Amino acid sequence: MWAQREVYFLTFRSGNEMTREEIRDEIIDILQDIAPDEDLSGLDDKTTFRDQLEMDSMDFLDIVMELRKRYRIQIPEEDYPHLASMESTINYLEPVMKDMQRVS
Amino acid sequence: MIAGTSLHPLPDSQRVVITGIGLTAPNGNDYASFRESLLEGRSGVQPYEIRYFGKTLAGVCNFDALRHQSRKDVRRGTRAGSVGIYCAQEAVKNSGIDWDNADRSRVGVYIGVTEHGNVETENEIYQIKGYDYDTSVWSHHHNPRTVANNPAGEVALNMGITGPHYTIGAACAAGNAGLIQGAQMLRLGDCDLALAGGVSESIHTFGIFASFRSQGALASHDDPARASRPFDQARNGIVVAEGGCVYVLERLSDAKARRAKIYGELAGYAMNTDATDFVLPNPERQAECVELALRRAGLAPEQIDIVSTHATGTHSGDEQECTALRRVFGKSQRTYFNNAKSFIGHAMGAAGALELAGNLPAFEDGVCHATINVEQLDPKCELPGLVANEPRNIGRPEYILNNSFGMLGINSVVIIRRFS
Repeated sequence: MWAQREVYFLTFRSGNEMTREEIRDEIIDILQDIAPDEDLSGLDDKTTFRDQLEMDSMDFLDIVMELRKRYRIQIPEEDYPHLASMESTINYLEPVMKDMQRVS
Repeated sequence: MIAGTSLHPLPDSQRVVITGIGLTAPNGNDYASFRESLLEGRSGVQPYEIRYFGKTLAGVCNFDALRHQSRKDVRRGTRAGSVGIYCAQEAVKNSGIDWDNADRSRVGVYIGVTEHGNVETENEIYQIKGYDYDTSVWSHHHNPRTVANNPAGEVALNMGITGPHYTIGAACAAGNAGLIQGAQMLRLGDCDLALAGGVSESIHTFGIFASFRSQGALASHDDPARASRPFDQARNGIVVAEGGCVYVLERLSDAKARRAKIYGELAGYAMNTDATDFVLPNPERQAECVELALRRAGLAPEQIDIVSTHATGTHSGDEQECTALRRVFGKSQRTYFNNAKSFIGHAMGAAGALELAGNLPAFEDGVCHATINVEQLDPKCELPGLVANEPRNIGRPEYILNNSFGMLGINSVVIIRRFS
């Protein structure tokens, strides 16, 4: 199974850097699935998601799951606090995602 | 004894009445429109396609889930949960209860299911197939969606109910079983108001279609509306349907105190077991179940006006049920028989509760709805009072008996009497 993941990893390396704006768009896309009743147009990047959206721990796990499905990113549990706000999420993901393309 | 005979009347605190009804069926999303469809011969069966299995037929509901749920809750929960929430919310609204001020710690939720978790498990396996079966993308929502209490639990969560909630797994006898469980809990004083009935999300699992087909028990017909044809010589199996029906049940004393509209009183009920086969019914045990319900209600067969049959459109099942019914009702001149599956297909865990709801309006309009699609009656399914193809005026019915049977030989019978 891990060997298979390595194959995935190799196949979606592209060399094109993913910008902060593109990462943000991707997170917004994920949030639209997770919180379909919310208006995300006025989301403040510096404020925590919890303070702006009705989100619980299962929703945050959905973000982790979607990143895993879309980019094969495995976010360790100790890093979950980095997903508190849009800004902290992008800061955390930028170095991880810069060489990635979506795989699903 | 359930409601008590005139010789042995029970106190109002031990009598259970129906004071609210919420339902969704493939041909109607409320009590009145469902009844209208049954009287007008309107089918709810339509062409349907599901992954792996392909094209088939099904009874599909089109209720508005967003009437009582957010998009997020619909996404997070299950179809069975949405069906249950819609029906329970509509039942409470229909009952006229002051819900905002109701003591929700004294409300119990008892929802019958034929099966639960197949839909959600199939979805997850389909998902991880796209990831070479990597289980790290298996959803964290899987467990809360598939725990057996899910449909009842979603109702409780949605409505802020803090009394007991659970599902009753009873194959296709589940709708009646939910109703019986609710009545029993009211009589025990475990709750003051019971939301009881059954739900089905079964059309969303390919496995149920595939299994019925492998068993030679899945209906097919060029005209979807004619595919479900209990008692007909050319019947060729079951049309799977989704749906739900939840009743508000109360003790008569409570219903009287708030001057509730009463749709009917639970006069008797019974459940028993064939203990003979995984799938084939046993007419002797079915007849015993009907007789036990009659005995408990203090009734003779001749006093039953309408029998809502369970018949699903399979060759042996329909024949066996008719054998049981002839044994019990053979001498009755006034008992009529009908069947709602001929209109909507087999709504599995919801079937018993829905089919009863299709008949209760007879207390008000005096009409026994038909069983449709009987083009050539199978001689083995002859019943003297079968109401075939067209509804019949039957005067002033006093008692309705509702049959609901399921795999592993589970039998359930409920008798409702006119309340006056």
